[in-house]
Amino acid sequence: MTTAEIEQSSKLREQIRQILNSQSQPTVTVLSSLIAVQDSIHYLPDEAIKEAATYCGSTINEVWSVASFYTNFRFTPPGEKTLDVCWGPSCHLVGAQQVLDAVQTALDIKEEGESADGKVTLKYNTCLGACAQGPVIAIDHHLIGKQTPESAAKIARDLRGLDN
Amino acid sequence: MPITFEQLQARAKKRWEELTSGENAWIRVGGGTSGQAAGADAVLDAFKSSVESAGVDANVSMVSAMGLMYLEPQVDILMPNGARVFYGNVEPEEAQAIVEQHVKNGEPLISRAFAYSGGDGTAVGNLPKLASMPMIALQQRIATRNFGDTDPHDILQYIANGGYEALNRALTEMTPAEIVDEVKAAGLRGRGGAAFPAGVKWSFLAPSDAPVKYVLCNCEEGDPGAFNDKGIIENDPHTLVEGLIINGYATRSTNGYIFIRTGHELPIESARKAIAAAYEIGLLGKNILGTDFSFDMEVSLTGDSYVAGEETALMEAIEGKRSTPRFKPPFPAAAGLWQKPTNINNVKTLAYVPEIVRNGSDWFKGIGTETTSGTAIVCLSGHITYPGMYEVPMGMTIRDVLEKIGGGVSEGEYIKVLQAGGPLNGLLGEDAFDTMIDFDAMSAAGASIGSGGIIVGNETTNVVDLLRSLIAFNQFESCGKCFPCRLGNTHMLEILDRMCQNKAKSADLALLERVGTSMKAGSLCGHGQLGFNPIASALKYFGDEIKSCLNGEIAPGGVYGDGTMILPTRTRP
Repeated sequence: MTTAEIEQSSKLREQIRQILNSQSQPTVTVLSSLIAVQDSIHYLPDEAIKEAATYCGSTINEVWSVASFYTNFRFTPPGEKTLDVCWGPSCHLVGAQQVLDAVQTALDIKEEGESADGKVTLKYNTCLGACAQGPVIAIDHHLIGKQTPESAAKIARDLRGLDN
Repeated sequence: MPITFEQLQARAKKRWEELTSGENAWIRVGGGTSGQAAGADAVLDAFKSSVESAGVDANVSMVSAMGLMYLEPQVDILMPNGARVFYGNVEPEEAQAIVEQHVKNGEPLISRAFAYSGGDGTAVGNLPKLASMPMIALQQRIATRNFGDTDPHDILQYIANGGYEALNRALTEMTPAEIVDEVKAAGLRGRGGAAFPAGVKWSFLAPSDAPVKYVLCNCEEGDPGAFNDKGIIENDPHTLVEGLIINGYATRSTNGYIFIRTGHELPIESARKAIAAAYEIGLLGKNILGTDFSFDMEVSLTGDSYVAGEETALMEAIEGKRSTPRFKPPFPAAAGLWQKPTNINNVKTLAYVPEIVRNGSDWFKGIGTETTSGTAIVCLSGHITYPGMYEVPMGMTIRDVLEKIGGGVSEGEYIKVLQAGGPLNGLLGEDAFDTMIDFDAMSAAGASIGSGGIIVGNETTNVVDLLRSLIAFNQFESCGKCFPCRLGNTHMLEILDRMCQNKAKSADLALLERVGTSMKAGSLCGHGQLGFNPIASALKYFGDEIKSCLNGEIAPGGVYGDGTMILPTRTRP
């Protein structure tokens, strides 16, 4: 690592220590710590794994086993906005695959992940919890229901700042 | 001297009278996750600014969702004569006209309203009474009794409507054993899917004299098609908090946890605010209501993992580990969370408890069927005209729920298939629609009330494609601990993929059945044990359609695109 990288990493560690320390609920665990970090900086850098291990008196292995198990955790920075598209059976019946397909085209990607411009992260969601409004998508956890392939593609393109 | 319950009630009553006296109009916008998805936030903002620009005195609040999700965003206005007029599918642009005409000029915008309630007996235009609409009239709302009426973040509104009376009664007039007996006598069965009698479960935990004992509330609710657990927490969190405190008192426990998946912002916020409000007025913490009962409660978040809803996996998650199920025994009542004696119930189960304690076990036992007392909170989604969340007495037939409440099929000719009770439960065909909603009748039909979700598919639904979507969900969500579940779901998904792509062979059906049998025999928890259920039940009702796929025929409705399903590629290491 270069000096600049080392400095950046130690800044990040300090930020993560603050996040870990400011958990307000009485029960603090490896999982609660990882959720707190991701809520705040939107991904889990290596520094988070190491700091969570120190903070919780755990090993790095134990923390990795938890971090890699829950599918909400990610290990690289996401795009500016995260677009969740539900693929659960209820949304599936009313056209979720078509919505997913259209969103992928709009983002110009073939699976989950970031659009090349870094504006949008696409995430497949098993159930966003508003099945009566399906097909459902969400921008940074804010739900939008009754999507069509066209409306969802428009939202995805808007997030990228592209013309519709 | 701490505040007494009577003082609290007096304060709550005053607050409620301020809101409902009619001096100022009360504009209520239905919230919740579904309301948000329909655009309720923008509607709330529009009403707030319209009230300001019209210069009228009105209270504008985001309240709980009523459950009529097909009418969201929903708004109602309470007028000086006590009449409430309900508007459905409201657009933000309409707020100004509604405020000007209804609130300022006192003339409801009849053309945009769908019902009214209350008032002095005079009809409101040609509107029907809310209570006469079948989707309201056929409900019996116990756990959802406050839905649509109160602000979930205002504990005083809950108390003003009878809230915490049961807790007060329990702590001051009843012994823990009497409450356990009452819940037993009520015949309350667990609503998480297993249908185990709640009072009996409580009686396993109650005798232990351990200094720390836990009562847990399970709101993992990852089931697609189900939204009633999160619905209760976001729309009326205090009914759950009260139920969990009573659960704690009855089992002589010290700590409660409400367990929710991260990312579900509204229910999480709602639970946290409710707990904080209860602490603030002495309904949680040390010496609750001046008695010697002390009890603490907090929200515990899990990461994304469906299996975290299994009771022992849930305990692993609260402890901060990978949510994989434990071997049983020991059972949770002996060694549960952090190896301490523990009880766990679903949100819905606990949400009935305050009303059971308040009204008595005979009252609850009188609702529903012989073997399943109380109600079912049904979530309708898919190809149904009136999707929503409806609390109906046990014993109503599926057909009545679909036709009379749900208004029958949408976008199609008829209802072909139902997916009832979550992705580990069955598919039902037309032959099963006259089944009563009741734990035993449903399981005899090959499905389950389970989580309460009913996903409706019309005649264009390809059953094999629907099965693939369910098995894909189960495959993605297998925790991986037991290989029959981990590999079995993957094999079943591959076979269903072949069937959808017209590449299946006749031997594939026997292979599916063999895999399903191994999963049932070789898995530690329901995720593997029940994983073949969707296919087994589909074979019962749609055997011909499934078999036709094996002979190279494409089933009705077809599949999307080239038959390849877009699915996550990530797996659990």
